[in-house]
Amino acid sequence: MSSKYVLKSVLLPNGDKRDIAIEDGVISAVSENFAPTSHVVIDASGSRVLPGLVDLHTHLREPGREDAETVLTGSRAGAKGGFTALSAMANTSPVADTAGVVEQVYRLGQEAGYLDVFPIGAVTKGLMGESLSEIGAMADSIAHVRIFSDDGNCVFNPLLMRRALEYVKKFGGVIAQHAQDPRLTIGSQMNEGEISARLGLKGWPAVAEEAIIARDVLLADHVKSRLHICHVTTAGGVEIIRWAKDRGINVTAEVTPHHLLLTDDRATSYDPIFKVNPPLRTSDDVHALREALAEGIIDIVATDHAPHPVESKECEWQEASFGMLGLETALSIVQKTMVDSNLMSWEQVADRMSSAPARIGGYKNQGQEIAVGSVANLVVIDASKNWQVDRDLTMSKATNTPYHGLILPGVVTHTFYKGHATVIGSIVQKIGDVQ
Amino acid sequence: MKHLLSIDHLTVQEAVGILDTATELSRVNDGQLKKLPTLRGRTVVNLFAEDSTRTRISFEAAAKRLSADVINFSAKGSSISKGESLKDTAMTLQAMGADAVVIRHSASGAAQRLADNQWMSGAVINAGDGTHEHPSQAILDAFTIRKHLGKGASDLQGLHVAIVGDILHSRVARSNVLLLALLGAKVTLVAPPTLLPIGIEKWPCNVTYDFDSVLPVIDAVMMLRVQQERMTELFFPNAREYSRYYGLNAERMRKLKPTALIMHPGPMNRGLEISAEVADSARSVITEQVSNGVSVRMAILYVLLAGSPLDVGSI
Amino acid sequence: MNVALSAEDISRALTRISHEILERNHGSANVVLLGIPTRGAHLALRVAEIMAKIEGTDIPCGTLDITLHRDDLRLRPPRAIMPTLIPASGIEGRDVVLIDDVLFSGRTIRSALDALGEVGRPKTVQLAVLVDRGHRELPIKADYVGKNLPSSLDQSIRVSLTEIDGRDEVVIENRKQS
Repeated sequence: MSSKYVLKSVLLPNGDKRDIAIEDGVISAVSENFAPTSHVVIDASGSRVLPGLVDLHTHLREPGREDAETVLTGSRAGAKGGFTALSAMANTSPVADTAGVVEQVYRLGQEAGYLDVFPIGAVTKGLMGESLSEIGAMADSIAHVRIFSDDGNCVFNPLLMRRALEYVKKFGGVIAQHAQDPRLTIGSQMNEGEISARLGLKGWPAVAEEAIIARDVLLADHVKSRLHICHVTTAGGVEIIRWAKDRGINVTAEVTPHHLLLTDDRATSYDPIFKVNPPLRTSDDVHALREALAEGIIDIVATDHAPHPVESKECEWQEASFGMLGLETALSIVQKTMVDSNLMSWEQVADRMSSAPARIGGYKNQGQEIAVGSVANLVVIDASKNWQVDRDLTMSKATNTPYHGLILPGVVTHTFYKGHATVIGSIVQKIGDVQ
Repeated sequence: MKHLLSIDHLTVQEAVGILDTATELSRVNDGQLKKLPTLRGRTVVNLFAEDSTRTRISFEAAAKRLSADVINFSAKGSSISKGESLKDTAMTLQAMGADAVVIRHSASGAAQRLADNQWMSGAVINAGDGTHEHPSQAILDAFTIRKHLGKGASDLQGLHVAIVGDILHSRVARSNVLLLALLGAKVTLVAPPTLLPIGIEKWPCNVTYDFDSVLPVIDAVMMLRVQQERMTELFFPNAREYSRYYGLNAERMRKLKPTALIMHPGPMNRGLEISAEVADSARSVITEQVSNGVSVRMAILYVLLAGSPLDVGSI
Repeated sequence: MNVALSAEDISRALTRISHEILERNHGSANVVLLGIPTRGAHLALRVAEIMAKIEGTDIPCGTLDITLHRDDLRLRPPRAIMPTLIPASGIEGRDVVLIDDVLFSGRTIRSALDALGEVGRPKTVQLAVLVDRGHRELPIKADYVGKNLPSSLDQSIRVSLTEIDGRDEVVIENRKQS
């Protein structure tokens, strides 16, 4: 496998056209007319290069739900989507609440070799919301965990949330909250509103999310700790975060690609491919989220990639699992909703999908500036080409994408991880022996 | 019309077509003709994943009067209760040659999933899906109202109907609001605020918390069953308070117009939403609703199954 | 296209049929008329009126819809069901005269016999038609015929009645022409 490449005539995030040379895992040159020696030359004229994408919210399902996805298949899906780092959420089986499990996930990521897999540790033991998990041990392990989340569940007990926020200050960690008041969402199926009333599906009110966001930004302020809000979905939530940031509260927030595009009227088909937690909301919410992402009130895009086996989605809505795939379509959805609509520039995309997540997660080798000496984690995207989503052609083991049949802009042609090409000509490469 | 999934997707022509067909078939039922050969050789499967006696028997009677073969697949003791998926159940029915499946299910949208997924090729008739819709109930309710108050018209223009009770959880309410509005009637929903869904402002009806205010102006009142569970789920303090404000008792009945109809989809909680005296009064058409149900369901089966399977028009 | 029966022809035919029914059944005491909707029902009402004038008493008259007993339902989209109204006298032990506008393949009458069988057991079932155009597919014969109109299969026979179509006439037309 080659380790010397040059990308010819590629557009940097700021629009400058350059040649970029990659050698021994780093960017060795960024210049106007690079003369390749033994480099593999990639004609990237017309394409855009971004720092490799960093996802702070991925469900890799291993250990425990390998029927839906494994660290290997999830890594391949990530590479296909232009990612060079994923953050594996802790709601596996067993739950990632000990050093043992996070180290296992970390090693699986290394063995797969497609990108950095950073395990996220559970906030509470078994995600039960009763007592803190071995946060310190996970932080000290080789997985070097800095993000802690009970995602899937909300850390609902305010006292426990306070303690967690305080505890992670020791090593500069961050609690990533899945904001969902469980008592307001018992049996809830979709956004509470006009559509849920008509369809007879139990509603999930916006306030169930917003009330927790409000509570937690105040807690984070009180104990002077860092807070991250997972998958913000409502205009009301955006306003609360804006208020908090204005006051200097150390809060960051993420939005998923599907919440930038899809609305709750998708549920009228009763096809649970659109069933997700938190649910799809109204078009007013979608517009507020897009503006907030452009403005930076929402700091990053995170996929909440949630693979499920076919039988979990091929049934009645109420029986179906919550969640959608996201890794392979994320960049295209962001291009469609934010860049092609002139809400954001590619430079901002680089920030929201690479540098900012890397900063929040403390991933030093990720999200670096495209400059000589930086680690060569890069993605090349041909923004002028379209492609059609086909659920039977996913790299992911699962097929639960809500975009099947949709034509999206932006084709990822190449992904580089530490200087190695994980994707060439949009095809995911074989890496090492583990396939 | 290939399926009957919801009133939401029904046109006025289709609705009136079913009502008119049911009118002729009810003549058949009242008169001497009890059995018709029309659907001989057809198989109708009752797929009742949720318990129900009256609706299932009604569909069964309707199918048998048209000489169709009926297979009953009910929740208890069936493979559904053992965890067989809707998909596998449907494919089994397809293999059995079901021309139509009448499905009642606790999941909203189950009928639509069955129809959309093409796991089976027969007609799908929604006999009640979760809290979404119960189209045949609404049609038989409209049929009953039209029969008594319609004055020979094909629709319900100018009539005012109140629906009272647990609107939030009621598929009967949803279907009725849509169908009554489609047929030109004015609808008022009466319920405590906790039993009305968010988003109801967009429905084609009025809403009031005050039952007494509508009594003198309505032509028909439809009482909905209130489930005992609602009381423990914090929707209202207790049964006594519910009855006091939302129950149809003799005193309220006296305030109705003399021609007003008293209706209930059944089964009734005598003493809770409706008093025994009212249920048994001369103005109650509750038992008639049941026999109208058979005629209406015969009409539905006729419209969906009698004609060419390729050329699915409506009457 | 030509007019096979004018309004006067139709009127005379119905009068003759009315007399024939009374003759064969020795009066009207046991007779029940059942018209097959749509046009047969109107013809039945006319015949009932004529017979009533002759006899000086009311003649029981109703309709018998045969849609639900048709043998060809599956070939076309679902058909609207017409009213079936059996007179209060019923049909048990009666001489039932079915009345229709055109007798062609005989399948309609076969369906009518089935439908009638569900209602009860008449003493006799007789058939009166305004037009018999031949081409029987079943062993069915009319007892009273207004006019025999031999026709070929590529012709169609159209009956118009004032009650529905605004005028009385029967026309034959070639299918290609119309």
